[in-house]
Amino acid sequence: MSTVVHTGELLRHPVYTRVLHWSVAIFFILSLLSGFAIYSPWLFHGLTAIFGGGPMTRLLHPWFSLGFVISFALQILNWIEPMTWTADDRRWLRRLKAYVSNEETLEPEYVDFFNAGQKLYFWAIVVSALVFFVSGIPMWFPRTFGRTVVAISYVLHDLAALVMLIGFIIHVYEGTAAQPGTFTSMTRGTVEKRWAWTHHPAWYRRVTGRDPRADYEQALRRLAERRRDA
Amino acid sequence: MATGILQVKAISGHAGAPPGRGVQREEEVCKYIDVTTCIGCKACEVACVEWNDMPFQQTTFDNTYQTMPSTAWNYWNLIKFNEYQKDDGSLMWLMRKDQCMHCEDPGCLRACPADGAIVQYTNGIVDFQQENCIGCQYCVSGCPFDIPKFNGTTKKVYKCTLCSDRVGQGLEPACIKSCPTGCLKFGTKTDMRALADKRAQQLREHSGFPNAGVYDPPSVNGTHVIYVLHDITHPERYGGLPANPQIPVTYTLWKRVAKPIGLLMALFAAPVAFFHYITEGPKEAQPPSPGFGEPRPPEGERPQ
Repeated sequence: MSTVVHTGELLRHPVYTRVLHWSVAIFFILSLLSGFAIYSPWLFHGLTAIFGGGPMTRLLHPWFSLGFVISFALQILNWIEPMTWTADDRRWLRRLKAYVSNEETLEPEYVDFFNAGQKLYFWAIVVSALVFFVSGIPMWFPRTFGRTVVAISYVLHDLAALVMLIGFIIHVYEGTAAQPGTFTSMTRGTVEKRWAWTHHPAWYRRVTGRDPRADYEQALRRLAERRRDA
Repeated sequence: MATGILQVKAISGHAGAPPGRGVQREEEVCKYIDVTTCIGCKACEVACVEWNDMPFQQTTFDNTYQTMPSTAWNYWNLIKFNEYQKDDGSLMWLMRKDQCMHCEDPGCLRACPADGAIVQYTNGIVDFQQENCIGCQYCVSGCPFDIPKFNGTTKKVYKCTLCSDRVGQGLEPACIKSCPTGCLKFGTKTDMRALADKRAQQLREHSGFPNAGVYDPPSVNGTHVIYVLHDITHPERYGGLPANPQIPVTYTLWKRVAKPIGLLMALFAAPVAFFHYITEGPKEAQPPSPGFGEPRPPEGERPQ
């Protein structure tokens, strides 16, 4: 179990992080599909069929969720340090519009391992996972908690599901189509150096000890030379 | 219903119109329970267990006549025995036959997420279809009367069917058939309500119960099981009968309105992401790979 880092690449996510991420992802998707089967009558027949019918969907859903909660708890411990909110993140959020509209091609020099958007997604999932877990227990054992607690939990559970669904859609988009080169960080564990100096310059500076801006400009010059030669 | 289909429409060699032409059938049924004439004999309990072929339910003993604290998945009909001390210090038995109330607006049905697990017939009977039940027990929290009961082995929820199998064949429910005092009656909702009102009036005017009344709670649009109570102002004295039974708004406003809107709003993130890609394009690592974005050579210089 190791990560092969080729020339021109950097180690982004070690094996442990990747295994956790995909455990979380698998349990999340299973919980999501089995949960939304029960969420709406319009989804009931289509989604319960995946899990072998309504009763089996209901039986499996809390266990999928438990898998999600446990693997995500480990991921929180794993990521608590790089996910800590800093003053730089507040600065980053102020230029969110420029980020979304791709106005700037290079991220500001202070963006470290995770940018503020990634951190926001992470903490949104932490909060909604907590709401999920706390509201899910009365729904799993309704006789112990009584009808009022269950009725309130039901709304909280739905709200957490909707927050997670929105976050999940954006997360998948950002990790694949929106930023080419990102997906390999969670599969092979590596990213290209130019990806690192583009999206996470402060992290690039930390792990390579080099100036991200200078390296970018050097690469740009080299590209121009190659074009001239061609 | 079978009896409705077999109503005579035309008769051969008959002078005049067929008897009963133009008669309107009242479909809504109702169980009438006069708690003032209940003697707590538990015949209805036995009849219910027998007709529905229930496995034995262990009784408990707590120094009262109460054989068990509440109805169970295999015990749908239970007399609640309540000793009540009147203002003059004398004791009074308040006995209430507890079972599904067959609400016109059933909280269990509103709460249930499984297609076809709970149905309401046009005659007002609310029936659980266990083959469609997924065992989530939302119905338990939807019910204001604590009626649906979960079986941990079958992972299904059960309750009184108002003997829908008997009623469908033109028979009265088993509990009604067994009642020795006539405190249980079965008929159309209109008839039973009229009978109950008359009995309550009798209790008010002739029996010294000035607060006697009929329990047919409007907060669930009425029920298909109605009680005549000595004191309608204190239904909770009869073993926790709620004065104002409510379905949680979770299962009304939230489920019907907020949930679908919420889901559509959340799913809206998908087209937003897609059209962001179409309009803004991907954020490439810089500089883009060699070959990407290079100006195309003029037409004449292209390699042939």
